[in-house]
Formats: sequence, structure tokens, C-alpha cells
Amino acid sequence: MADLNESIQKARAALDAHTVEIVKWHFSPETGCPFWLDWAREAGWNPADEISCFDDIIAKFPHFQDEWLRDKQPEVWVPQEFAGKPFNIFETGGTTGMPKQRIGWNDYKVDYSEFSDSLDDAEFPRDHYWLMVGPTGPRRLRLSIEHLANVRGCSCYFVDLDPRWVKRLIADKQFDQAKAYMEHVVDQATTIMKHREVSALFTTPKLLESIAERLEDEGSSLYEAGIRGVFCGGTTMDPQYTRFLVEELLENKIGFKPTYGNTLMGLAKHKPFTPEDKFSITYHAPQPRAVLRVVNPETDDLVEYEEWGRVELTTLTREFFMPRFLERDEAIRRPPIELYPWDGVAEIRPFGAMQKKIVEGVY
Amino acid sequence: MLNIPVLRWGEPYKSLDTDEVIHHRTGEVLAKVGQANPGLLARDIRKADRAREVLREIPIKDLIEMMKKAGDLYINATLPLGDGEQSPDDFARQQSASTGLPEHMCKFNMEKNHFVLNNMDQIFDALTRGLDLEILERGFGVEERGVPVSYQAQSPVLGMVLPSNSPGVHTLWMPVIPMQIGLILKPGPQEPWTPYRMFAAFTGAGIPKECIGIYPGGPDMGAETVNRCGRVMIFGSMQTVKNYAGNEHVQVHGPGYSKILLGDDVVDQWEDYIDLMADSIYKNSGRGCINCSGVWASRHTGEIAAALADRVGPHEVQDPTDPEAGLAAFTVPNQAEAIWSMIEEGCEEVGTSHVTAKHGDRLVQMERCDYIRPTILHCNSPDRKMANTEYMFPFTTVVKCPQEQMIDKIGGTLVASAITNDEEWAAQLTDATNIDRLNIGAIPTIALNWLQPHEGSIVDFLFRARAYQTPDERLQRICSQ
Repeated sequence: MADLNESIQKARAALDAHTVEIVKWHFSPETGCPFWLDWAREAGWNPADEISCFDDIIAKFPHFQDEWLRDKQPEVWVPQEFAGKPFNIFETGGTTGMPKQRIGWNDYKVDYSEFSDSLDDAEFPRDHYWLMVGPTGPRRLRLSIEHLANVRGCSCYFVDLDPRWVKRLIADKQFDQAKAYMEHVVDQATTIMKHREVSALFTTPKLLESIAERLEDEGSSLYEAGIRGVFCGGTTMDPQYTRFLVEELLENKIGFKPTYGNTLMGLAKHKPFTPEDKFSITYHAPQPRAVLRVVNPETDDLVEYEEWGRVELTTLTREFFMPRFLERDEAIRRPPIELYPWDGVAEIRPFGAMQKKIVEGVY
Repeated sequence: MLNIPVLRWGEPYKSLDTDEVIHHRTGEVLAKVGQANPGLLARDIRKADRAREVLREIPIKDLIEMMKKAGDLYINATLPLGDGEQSPDDFARQQSASTGLPEHMCKFNMEKNHFVLNNMDQIFDALTRGLDLEILERGFGVEERGVPVSYQAQSPVLGMVLPSNSPGVHTLWMPVIPMQIGLILKPGPQEPWTPYRMFAAFTGAGIPKECIGIYPGGPDMGAETVNRCGRVMIFGSMQTVKNYAGNEHVQVHGPGYSKILLGDDVVDQWEDYIDLMADSIYKNSGRGCINCSGVWASRHTGEIAAALADRVGPHEVQDPTDPEAGLAAFTVPNQAEAIWSMIEEGCEEVGTSHVTAKHGDRLVQMERCDYIRPTILHCNSPDRKMANTEYMFPFTTVVKCPQEQMIDKIGGTLVASAITNDEEWAAQLTDATNIDRLNIGAIPTIALNWLQPHEGSIVDFLFRARAYQTPDERLQRICSQ
């Protein structure tokens, strides 16, 4: 416990130092971006001078407004240091109306290179092929998975899925069309798996279920099709569902890496399962580049450990600064662990899932 | 408190997701029921053929005998349930506690289920119209009159998406196992008791456990049951009925809108039938689809409504353990309030009046449940909004309607008890396709003859009669074995 406390303190100190560095970067005219420099002028205080630790961000910044990512042109987010360098435009949301857009250069590579270091070579063999079945298009995920395959020494096949279309179909109660689209995606995925050597699979939980079902209907299985590791994310995975994936579809033989990630944060890794976890997935943000907090939606205060609250994200990289963004998710707050000595967020589900029906679709 | 697992072809599966079954008065947690995720059924359904195979290894006549034994176990024995056990009294108490139905009615339902199981041979004979059971087993054969016939099972299992609030419906699936068809049961969240007790009774009587799966869960589990089973029986609202209209795989049991129709030839003697009407409205808590929700007559309707109000209106809410309790609680929060609001709104229409008002407030709200006391409305025309409504408590609208318009105006009607000696009208009623169960004469809507089909024959739903031709020599050789 003493070791863990020490690790927590060290991580906290590293986060505070990183916070100061990143805030100075974004709010200094030589390095910062137009949006934040303008914001500071209007706000009447200079974060570069006044932020001395992460808690200061919580105390002094309001919640980041997602409209800023919809309404502003991408150039306003370009830090001076990156001026003139073409950027990637990544999107999130957008089922209807304008999606949120985040620009970037290398952040996704940093996130996924770090994630690669956490993978077991037996489950995700190096120098072997990946298959991604999920949202490509304007999402960061497509380049990220390709980068992941590349840093592990190989390449990735892709089957696209447009989650915006699926959500519209479901919202319009066109369930037959949604099912047909899912079948279309699964057709393509299993065709690749039959004709190419693939050992690592990224997909969403629902698609994983459908792909496994198709293979089993044809007398095969994910394992028999050569899959040794599955990297999964995108929709709610409660403990029972996770157990179902691990025990029934992956047969306790295929490695399972659930992740929580998005265009705005990067990639949160999960606490390796122990029997005590009973398949409850806890994610830890890629701190200090991003910080996840679980807050009381009414008071904004941190909830107690093991209590539910809304997920609040702060992103702190040289490419992008986003303080206190309230995600459309809720989660259980979990304590730090030795591997990730900062708070975790567990059993993530859409915010208000217990109160209203949420369209998650297959993504 | 009991922990009740998912049953995957009879094998307990301890889900990490559980739902609490709560006592509607005390809040006591009666059981934690494991919740299945739809993927479990999607995988297990691959073994559905095995369910039918194991049942086909047992002759139907033996299965029928097992049903009788199961009936006795169900009504008399202490049987295993999850991590505990359950006596018959426990069962009635638990079912009452979670569904809101008075305990004595739960016991009456037990007797009903027992009766069906214990008379399975006669019921089977009626449902199959006297078919030689070996023909059903084999799939083909020659009837006594010398005609070759064939009946082909349309699915190895029947899926049942069961309701929470109406334990009476379970009789519908009792004959399925002896038809050598497996069962996938998705219990109602508040009524896991009957499926699990039946499973224990069936297996205790020798039915192979691998022919039954029980998958408790939310609406997604119900949807999966519909999607995965070749034949499914579901219970729901009119919207549910509409959603599955024309789907031959799905038999939907919606609201009954059961009615008593008084013929012009007897309506002047309406007082002779008040007891029959009151029983049809009030008995068994008025919750069933066979309870009367409309009394239609061409005249005296105001007097009939007033007399019915005097008869059923004074009934008060009683403790569910009281042997005299006649009303069932609404255990879903806000449901009773919403229903009462709809009724009040309906009564605002000119021509519709609430006749039980003089007997005190109808809506009774408690800490964890609510009740609505028996309610009688009067409509001066079949065109009034409330003329054809049904709610899950003793509720009836007395409707003034000329006899010659009745058949058209009553709409879909599960049970019509037409009290008349007018054979011409009786013939028209016999031909009316909007009436399912027809009683001609002074028969309460709730009087069921178990030897008659209910909303279509389950045999016709599960088996298809088809042509089967083969040389006589083969036919005789096989059929004489």
C-alpha cells in the first residue's frame, strides 16, 4: 500500500508538472492556438500565469463546450508551433448535424504506440496481420489501428462501418435495414478472415458477437479462424456482457483488451482482469495526456469510489487542450492501481442510461 | 431471499447481472433473478433441435403421464428453486407478493394449472381432434377413417415471452412438452415463479431438463426470444398485436376486450343476469383477458350500469393475504395513476358517465403499490371513446347499442357471451370473425372449457398439416410397427 501511495503521489506530481507545461504552451503567444489566446483575453485572466497544478484547472476553468468543436473553423485550434503543418481532421458524433472536429498531428501515434507496449505478444503476435471492423471514415480510430499494426511490425485490413447511418436506422425503427447493414459488414469481415491470415481483431462488441456467430454457424470459431487477440471498444460492456464475450465467444483462449477511447481523449486502457473484478471493466486514462474524473452531474464534485457519476475529460497535449469536457457517458469511480496510479472509470454506459433509452447501435 | 439462475437447457447459469423481485407491500427482496444477455440465447438456440430430439425419445403417452405427475408435484411438493426450495404455500405467497394478486387467487391459479396438467390426455385429445398420438410422434400415419395424414413440427422449440401481471396465462404452454416440442421461456420480471416451479415439477416427473431453457431479462431478451425461436407466443398491448400482425411465427395474446352481449329478446330481464355480469367483471381480480370489460345492450343500459356499480363498486382494497381480497395491486410505479387519468379524461366526453363514483374514490395509492377499485362507466353510444376499452382491474363499460349494430361495433373480442335465444342472431354471431371464443347463452366470460382452443389451436400453431404420399406397403409397414 505504501508503494501504491508513493506511485499515486509521483503520478500526481507528474500530472501537475505536465499541466503547467501544457497550459503555458497553449496560452503563450509564441506556441498557443488562436482559440485559447482569444479565450484568455475575453476571460480576463491568464492561465499561463495562474495554473500551477491540475486542481487549478478544475477550480478555474469552466466546462469545455462541444459547440466550440462544431462551430469554429479548424485553424483556430492550430498551436503556433504547428503553424503551416497540414493536420488530420478527426470527427466524433455527427449522426445529425455538424460533428465535433478535432485536429491533430501525432497524438494518436503516441497513444497507440503506448498502447502497443501494453499488449501481450502471445495474444497480439508481432509481425502479423490485424483486421479492423468498425468506423473508419473521419474517425481517428482508422489511422490509430493502422499505426498500431504498423508499430507491431505488420499491416491491417479494414472493413468500414458507418455508425451514423446505423444510429439513424435504429432511431427510425428501420431494424430490418440495420440488420441487413450489419450482415453486410459481417460478410466482408468473415470473407477477409477466411482468405487472409489475421490474428488480431479490432471491432465493437456487437460486431464481435455477430462475427463470432457467423463463424460458428459455419462450423468455425474466432479461435479457429486464427484470432488470438481482440481489441474491443465502442459501446457499453457491463460485467455480464464482458463475461459472455470472454467465456463464450473468445472461449477463454483469445486475449481480450477492452478499451475506452474517442477522438477527443485518446485511448484509456483497462485494468487487467482479476477474479475479484468479476468482469467489471475499469479504464484508466492515458494520464498525464488526458485525465478522466467521475463527477456528480449536479454539483461537479468528484463522486466517492464505487459511486456512479458523469465522466469528465480533460485533454492535455501540445496539440490539443480541452479542460473539463463533460462526456455523454456515466461510470463508476474506481481507485488507482499500481499499474495506473490514478483514478479509473468503470462500467461506462451512456449518460442517463438508467433513465432513458439510448441508441447505441452497433458502435 | 432466493438466488435464481438462468437455465440454459436446464443447466443453471449464474449471471453477473441480476434483477430483484420485490414484495409489493413491504419492499422485501424476495429473489434475485439472474438476467440473461441476448447472446446467450443466440448461442443456445443452436441446440434447439436437441430439445426436440430428447423429447421424441419418449412416447407422447408417457409424456402425458409425466405431466400428470408434474401437476401433482407442482401443487403438493416442496421443490428446488435456485439456491433454495419452495413449498406450494411459499409459491402462492411469493407470486402474490410480486404480482399484487391476492394469495387465494394465486392458489386458485395453481389449481387451474394442476387441472390442465392432470387432464392433459383429454386436453390433448381435444386439441388434436382425437389424432392418434403415434401419428404426431412419427409425423405421418393413417387415421382410423383410412386417410393418410401428416403433421410437421414447425419449430423444435416454442418461445414464450411471458407477462408479469397475469399468472393465468401459463396454462397455454402446458401442452407443449407432451407435443415433443421444447420450451424457451422468458419470464415476466415480476413473475419468475411459475416457469421455474414448472421446470422443477416437470424434471421431477422425468421430463429431460435439456428440453427447457429459462432466460429472464429485459425487453432485449424478449426481442431475442422472438427473433430466435421458430414459433413464439407473446403477450402485450394492442400495439404489440399490430406489430406482429400477419407474422405466422408469432402468436400474440393482447387485450381481450371480452364482452357480454344482451339480446333484445332477453334484455328486459337483465336483472336475471346481474350476478353473471358481476362475476365476469370482478372475479380473479378482473385482470384476465377473459374478464368482461363491456356489457352491451340496446336498452336498460343505465339501470344495468347502476346495478353493476352497486354490486361491484363497494369492494374495498384488502390485504393480499385476506381470503376475501378481490383486487390486485398495480406494482409498476405510476401505472394505476396513469390509467385512472385516462379514465377520467374519457369520462369528460358527453355521453360517458362514471357510475361507481358514489361508492368513493377509485384510485387508492400506497407507498409501494396502488389499486383501482372496481369501476363501471356508462356510454350512451358505441361511438363514445370509452365504449371499447379494457384495463387490468375490474372495469366495465355498459354500452347502449342497437342489437343489429353490435357485431360490427364491438370490434375484436376474445370472449363474447351472447345471452339470447334468438337463433338468427346466434347464427350471425357464430359467423362473426371478430369474436374468438363464443358463448351463446347465460355463460360467464370467465368460464373456460379447457377442451376448447384458446385464440387458435396451439397444435395448428406448432404443427402444419401437409400432404405425405408413400407406397401403401411402406405406410402400413411403418404404421403397424
